[in-house]
This record gives sequence, structure tokens and C-alpha cells, in this order.
Amino acid sequence: MPERIVKPRLGVWKFASCDGCQLSLLDCETQLLTLSETIDIAYFPEAASRAPRGHYDLSLVEGSITTPADEARIQTVRRRSKYLVTIGACATAGGIQALRNFADIRAFSAAVYARPAYIRTLATSSPIAAHVPVDFQLHGCPVNKHQLLEVISAFLAGRRPGIATHSLCMECKSRGHPCVLVAHGTACLGPVTQAGCGAICPGCNRGCYGCFGPQDSPNTPALSEALTALGLSRAQLQRLYRTFNADAAAFRSESERHGD
Amino acid sequence: MPMPPRFAVKVSVMATKTIRVEALTRVEGEGAVRLTLRDGRITRAQLRIFEPPRFFEALLRGRSFTEAPDITARICGICPVAYQMSAVHAMENALGLEVSGPVRDLRRLLYCGEWIESHALHITLLHAPDFLGYASGIEMAREHGDAVRRGLALKQTGNALIALLGGREVHPVTVRVGGFHRLPSKAELLALTDRLEQAREAALDTVHWTAGFEFPACDRDYTFLALQHPTEYPFNEGRIVSNRGLDIAPAEFEAHVEEHQVKHSTALHAQLRAAGAYLTGPLARYNLNFERLAPIARQAALEAGLTHRCTNPFRSIVVRAVEVLHACDEALRIIQRYEQPEDADIEIAPRAAMAIAATEAPRGLLYHRYRLAADGTITEARIVPPTSQNQAAIEEDLQCFATEYLTQPDARLRERCEQLVRNHDPCISCATHFLQLEVAGR
Repeated sequence: MPERIVKPRLGVWKFASCDGCQLSLLDCETQLLTLSETIDIAYFPEAASRAPRGHYDLSLVEGSITTPADEARIQTVRRRSKYLVTIGACATAGGIQALRNFADIRAFSAAVYARPAYIRTLATSSPIAAHVPVDFQLHGCPVNKHQLLEVISAFLAGRRPGIATHSLCMECKSRGHPCVLVAHGTACLGPVTQAGCGAICPGCNRGCYGCFGPQDSPNTPALSEALTALGLSRAQLQRLYRTFNADAAAFRSESERHGD
Repeated sequence: MPMPPRFAVKVSVMATKTIRVEALTRVEGEGAVRLTLRDGRITRAQLRIFEPPRFFEALLRGRSFTEAPDITARICGICPVAYQMSAVHAMENALGLEVSGPVRDLRRLLYCGEWIESHALHITLLHAPDFLGYASGIEMAREHGDAVRRGLALKQTGNALIALLGGREVHPVTVRVGGFHRLPSKAELLALTDRLEQAREAALDTVHWTAGFEFPACDRDYTFLALQHPTEYPFNEGRIVSNRGLDIAPAEFEAHVEEHQVKHSTALHAQLRAAGAYLTGPLARYNLNFERLAPIARQAALEAGLTHRCTNPFRSIVVRAVEVLHACDEALRIIQRYEQPEDADIEIAPRAAMAIAATEAPRGLLYHRYRLAADGTITEARIVPPTSQNQAAIEEDLQCFATEYLTQPDARLRERCEQLVRNHDPCISCATHFLQLEVAGR
């Protein structure tokens, strides 16, 4: 009798987000079918009509925590998961919606919304790790699908994911792109940003805008000095650090040094 | 805390019953359906959207006009190109710049890629399982492997187009106000020709495959709203027209469409002041622009049993396949005539202005309006995504059709309700940034 193989169970959970990171999983296309042969995609509401039940060997969490209901839901997801991996800038750093963390939420809302509330929203957008222990954080807005497959494979094999945490410059150099900052005088966050996207912006003659968040040892003051020398104003510098990973520690503290 | 049950039937009084689909699956984002029944009749049908708000209109204030394409792309990971296109066209309209020639073509090509990947995803992984009786496209693959692989290959080709032009599939990085950061060479585009020709074949097969599904016989007297261009099937340009005689410039949109808040949804409902609920998206585009489809797409539609009009929402899956076929054919035509221009973009000087544009996202009309200060800072933003516009029509569908299913067991009824919603491929992430706000936890 052949031994019955129990496939590891994968769950994909969504919080406040654009769906782009879990879409990266669907973008694995034919690899997704191969993956489904080795693991049980047990909960993936965007792709399948099945209710959540039982425990998950690996949970991929997309999105940030912005509502009281989601504060409670992430606790349940954690309890049901052996490993919990955040995928993308929202789950890892709060996402673009964390710009509210720098504003007075009441003024922020009064500026846009006139009528009383029907729903409840928190004053901040926070990363998953602010609420529960997280086993691994995959950067990117959106995540890189090859890195996503690597993380899934690593956790299922019980090994450490091979994800580099050094700066984008390493990746940019290895691809042979001319340095847009040095050669063209283009503002670029590459030196302080984690690699992983494939250095696509410098490859398209544009500066990195930091969508993979801070690298492991970012020297943001030195970069800001170089960008100031290029002619960026304090307001421009602040905006540059405050996009999709605005509330990641290194970008937040640097952005607070600038502005009007 | 226990997980909320996905299905719960609440019986409040003998004659009144509420049927809920607590978490819609195979849609983009978080939503639910609630039907209220009294004496065996549906008295209320609600598409409930509880996706958390992310306040894009607020966070865009104070940003530069050049940042709008990248920031608004993050509203939706499924249709980021649509947001980038509406944003750049709004800014260019405001600042008196008309992008023409090859750069205009490349924007259409990028949009072709998004229509192909988004529609192929919906047809294959989200919608077809309803007709063939599976919980997911992945489960469906066991018995319909060829069809699923064909759909995934189509999606891959759409993604390849976006990745080539935009650097990556989700949140591409090359679109900018005034043009692109980088233009592809003719050779790079030609390298996709074989794949696109195969995709065109696959799209044709998909039209025939979906046309063979069983469709409930039901037609709705929709008010359709879509862009209309004099000669092209619409992507980025045109007037906003309806089948009830509306014919306006995008700048007049807010004079004709009003949004109102409903308690059960975190997205505003948009309605025509004159005609009430309306539908935007593939069915609307098809009905208003059939003659502008590529000949191969028109012919395939007719062979598939469609006419120039289609008012059965279940057949939207066939119309989506026809649009994929059109997009593949259009992409091939654009690639054939492309000559790489010298300049990737035109420098653009800001000024105080109102920036307005509407383009055709895969799911329908996507309207952007920004107020710009003299230095190009955004001081006000308004975004009306297609799903906000379609909510009222989806609820009318539920009200119309669900009555016929009331004799069926609750589980089957819920499946039917989900299918009614999926007919319109709602993108709930898109729809919710108009939320009313209550500050809790402080």
C-alpha cells in the first residue's frame, strides 16, 4: 500500500490592501498548478469558494490592520497558522494607507467626508507584526512573484528563505544599469531600498521610489544629503520617503527630519 | 474569537427570512450579499461591501501631479494600468498636452495587456467554475485541464505585455505624465508577436468554449454607460455615451452622475440623475461599440450566438472573451505599425487647473478628477471606479433573478447569488475609498 501523502495546507488572508500581492500568486500561472500538486491551497477566497477551517501550515497575509474587526481577525489567523508570512508593503509596513499615520485622522477625514460614519476605522494603518509574531516578512509593493515562490518553497521545506536584504544598488550593478543618481542626477532611493524587484526603475531610466522598503542597514541621512545636493527641496525629500513604505522605521524617521 | 461562519441563515420572524452570503469568494476584495425575504418574496437585495477604507482621495492631497499615476495604481492590484491611464490623461488634459502617435499607441497596447490578463483571470479562474460546477479554477483544472491551461497562458501573455512595457505585471513603473519613462524597441515588441498570435487563437477558442456554457434565459433592460470613440473600441479616449441618449464629455460626468451613500456598503453608489442605476463594463462597451470591435472579434461573437446586443448578464463571460480576442488583435496591429520615437515623454509644466479624464478599466468606466494648484500640487481628488457605478445594477440583478431561485435549497441559492455578483466581475478593493469614517480605538 502506498503511503497516503498529506499535503501541507496553505492559507491566503487579506486585510487592507489592493489585492496585488495575492494576485502575484495567481500570476505564477502554470507554476500555480504545479504548486497545487504539492500543497493544498486550503483557503484563498479570491480564487476559491471554500470557507476557512482547521489549521494552516503556512499562512500568507496581505494587507495592513486598519479596523477593530481586523485587529481581532489577525489574532485568529495567527492561532490557526504554524507559520505566518506577511506579503508586501501593506502587511509589512502599513502600506500607502499608513500615510494617515502622519496626519490628524480627524482633520484628514473631515477634509473628505462630510456625513456620519457607518463603519469603524482605526486612526492608524499598522503592519501585521505590530499585532502578532510574524515568521517572515516579504517586502515589495507588490512582492516579486519569484521571491514569493521561494518563500513558499522554503517554508514548506523547513529551510530559511533565500531572500537578500541588501540594497537595490547591488542588484542594479549586477544588471549593468548605469547609476541614474550619479550618471544622470536623478533622485533615486536605491541605496537605502531593499533589492528584490530586479532594479526595474533604474532599468527604465527612472529613480527607485522605494517600493521594497528599507534595506537591512540604510544610511538615509547620507542619501538625503546627496539628494539635497541634486536640488531636492525638504518637502520633496519628505514625499520621497513617504509613499508605499512610509511607516517603515528607517523611512519614517528620515521623513520626519524633512518637510516644510 | 471563532471565525465568522461563511453562511448563516437568520430567521427573525416566521414570514421574514434573511439569506446571507457572508463572504463573497472569487471576487477581488471583501463583500457579501444579503437578501431579505418576506412571504416568499425578495423585499431587499444588498451587495454589502466591507472592505476597509484606505482614503486615497485624502492622501493624494498635497502630493505632486506627477505622483498620481503611481499612487492611484495602488488602489487596485488587478487593474493598476487603468488607474495610471486615467491619472495621466487627467493631468495631460488639464495641462494642455495631447499625447499622440506611437506613445498613444503604446498606452493602448499596455491597456490591451491589462484587459487580456484581467479578463483571462476572471473568465478562467473566477467565473467559469460557476458554469461547470467547481469551487475553484484550480479544482476545475483536474477535469478541464486544457481550458484552464489555455486561460492561464492567455493571462501570461497579457502579463508579458505589461511586464515588457511597464517593467512588471503588478504596479508597472514606466507610465508617466507626458509619456513613458522608457520606450520599448520595435524588436522587443516583435518578439511578442508569436505569443500574441497564439493568444489570439486561444482567445477565439475561449469565445467558443464559453459560448457552449448553459445560460439562464434572462435579459435585463440595462442602462449601459461606456466611452465611445469615433473609430476605435474605447480604451483611453472618447465621449461618455449611454443607450438612452446620453452623450457627454468626461468633464460633464459629475453633472449627470450622482453618488449617494448607503448604509450597507463602504463604497458609494453612483446613479444617473436621469435614469437611476446603470451598468458599465464589458456588456456596456459591447452594446455601445459593437461596430468598433476588430472584424475577427465581431465575427467570433456572431458565431458564438451573440448579436450586436447582449443584455443577459450571465453571457458577460462570452463578451469578456470577445474583448480578449479584440485586445489580442489590436495588440498585434499596434506592434506591426510601431516605430520607436526619439522622445519617450514631453516635459510638462504645471499650472492651476482642473484635471479630468475617464478611461475604460477592464471592469468599466474609471473617472478621475483632480484640482491642481499652480505648482502642480493636488489639492483635491475624486475617483469613481467601475464597481461603485455597478453596485446598484448588481443589486437590481439580485432582486430580479434571485426570486426565480427561491425554491432551491439555501446553499444553491447562495451559489446563485454569488454567481449573479460575479457576472459583473466586481473589484471591491477599487470601490472602497469613499468611506464614511468613524474613529475607533482612541
